[in-house]
Amino acid sequence: MSAPRLAVEDLSYGYPGHVVGHKLSFTVGAGEVLCVLGRNGEGKSTLFKTILGLLPPRAGTLRVDGEPISSWSPRRRALTFGYVPQHSGGAFPFTVAELVLMGRTAHRGPFAAPSATDRAAAEEAIAALGIEHLAEREWLRVSGGEGQLALVARALAQEPRILVLDEPTASLDFGNQVRVLDAVRSLAETRRLSVLLSTHHPEQAFACADQVAVLAGGKLLQIGAPADVITSATLRACYSVEVAVLPVAEDRYRVCVPRLYLQ
Amino acid sequence: MAKATGAASPLPLPAETVILQIRLPRVLAALAVGAALAASGAAYQSLFRNPLVSPDILGVSAGAALGAVVGIFLSLPVLAIEAASFAGGLTAVIIVYGIAAAIRGRDAVLVLVLAGVVIGALFGAGVGLLKYLADPYNQLPAITFWLLGSLAAANLHDLTSLLPVVVIGLIPLGVLRWQIDVMTLGEEEATALGLDTRMLRIVVIAAAMLMTSAAVAASGIIGWVGLVVPHLARLTVGPAFARLLPVSLLFGAGYLLAVDTAARTIGAVELPLGVLTAAFGTPVFLWLLAFGRRPAWS
Repeated sequence: MSAPRLAVEDLSYGYPGHVVGHKLSFTVGAGEVLCVLGRNGEGKSTLFKTILGLLPPRAGTLRVDGEPISSWSPRRRALTFGYVPQHSGGAFPFTVAELVLMGRTAHRGPFAAPSATDRAAAEEAIAALGIEHLAEREWLRVSGGEGQLALVARALAQEPRILVLDEPTASLDFGNQVRVLDAVRSLAETRRLSVLLSTHHPEQAFACADQVAVLAGGKLLQIGAPADVITSATLRACYSVEVAVLPVAEDRYRVCVPRLYLQ
Repeated sequence: MAKATGAASPLPLPAETVILQIRLPRVLAALAVGAALAASGAAYQSLFRNPLVSPDILGVSAGAALGAVVGIFLSLPVLAIEAASFAGGLTAVIIVYGIAAAIRGRDAVLVLVLAGVVIGALFGAGVGLLKYLADPYNQLPAITFWLLGSLAAANLHDLTSLLPVVVIGLIPLGVLRWQIDVMTLGEEEATALGLDTRMLRIVVIAAAMLMTSAAVAASGIIGWVGLVVPHLARLTVGPAFARLLPVSLLFGAGYLLAVDTAARTIGAVELPLGVLTAAFGTPVFLWLLAFGRRPAWS
């Protein structure tokens, strides 16, 4: 059996003097979507940043296709991992097309201008997300959902093997949430991308995930298929609220409803 | 022209001397200083992700000022004053960068900026002390004159030290223009996109430090150009450094040449450049702010 696309082995993460997560282990295969749940402050972003190499791991090993990545350069990581941050730090009025083109940085030498290949890849990524109409608009001036799609397009332009999205649907309207999750799901399928995404809506796992990981108390509380993990008991343990998980449409999907509203 | 072709000069000798020995070096110095300050400002604004940053942000002007004021205070020759100013600028930035490198575990850019502010203030206090102690009849006017900036003393010798340094500083900014764009996204995103942010920051800071120190050594403190000209350029052609850098260079060079010409001709005595850059630049800036480049879709 070949090595999984991403293997996280006994990973502890956090900041100097403050370990946030202890000894997490899980794997994500090619074409698989892993959805990470956990309360605010549970360290989902910290976990992602550690996987991306933006924070050094406190302990443990990360492997991509079986190879340890601790000594990888930022450039090599960027060729493997595409990152969609929760908020982009961009402060200058670049156009969406320029922003997406920045996703190609790792594909060229430090002094090189973007090549025709780079521009084609950026255009293709923009088309894949269906945001051609935004290409020439300033990225700071588009709506939150459109900006998020632009960041996904940028990550896609990186041509990564693993896509990491930190709460990609936070602050999106309902339609854009569906659009982003659908885009993620179809990218995983058509491009065999491994996807890690975090969310505060457990239900979204039924829409797009193959696996769900629940973080609680700095540990991996549970990991498995959405139907097995997203249960009243797990959600109670994770969020300290009573939730009913109800099947709809002959159990093709499940909804999570706080019991408070059912009384 | 005649000089270049080797033909006999049609001009009388004094006119030739004025043009080649006095005006020409001054024009070239204005172009080079303006271009250097504007390019450094544009690079720092991108690097620090803040359009309100000027080349002084890491203490280079304060360091250069202290160097020059020490030189004037010790009654050193002009060349030595310029050298002291250049060295002072470099020293300030190196101290600031050293402090930022030593303090780990915090936002690297924030530490750099704060270290720049406090070191700049410290060097500024040094300048204040020397002004207080200086001989009020000879040294103090010289110090004041220097701190307000002037190209009146520019000569061919200044150019031979200024121009190569400016070119050396511009080369890395030019070749790294695409990566400098990515730096505007911030440390984490730039790293996630594959940049070695630490190395890039060192290179950009070193390039801007060299250019600014050389410019300040040649002309004294000329504020405003490094802060506002990149802004004008960005309002005109947008934030992409591949366009921002050449346009900043042109605007900076053209602007300082125009201001220096005005400084030379507007009054009976020469006016300080630092005063005129702000006086002329402010209305231009406000006009562009009101009527400059808007988003294409509005």
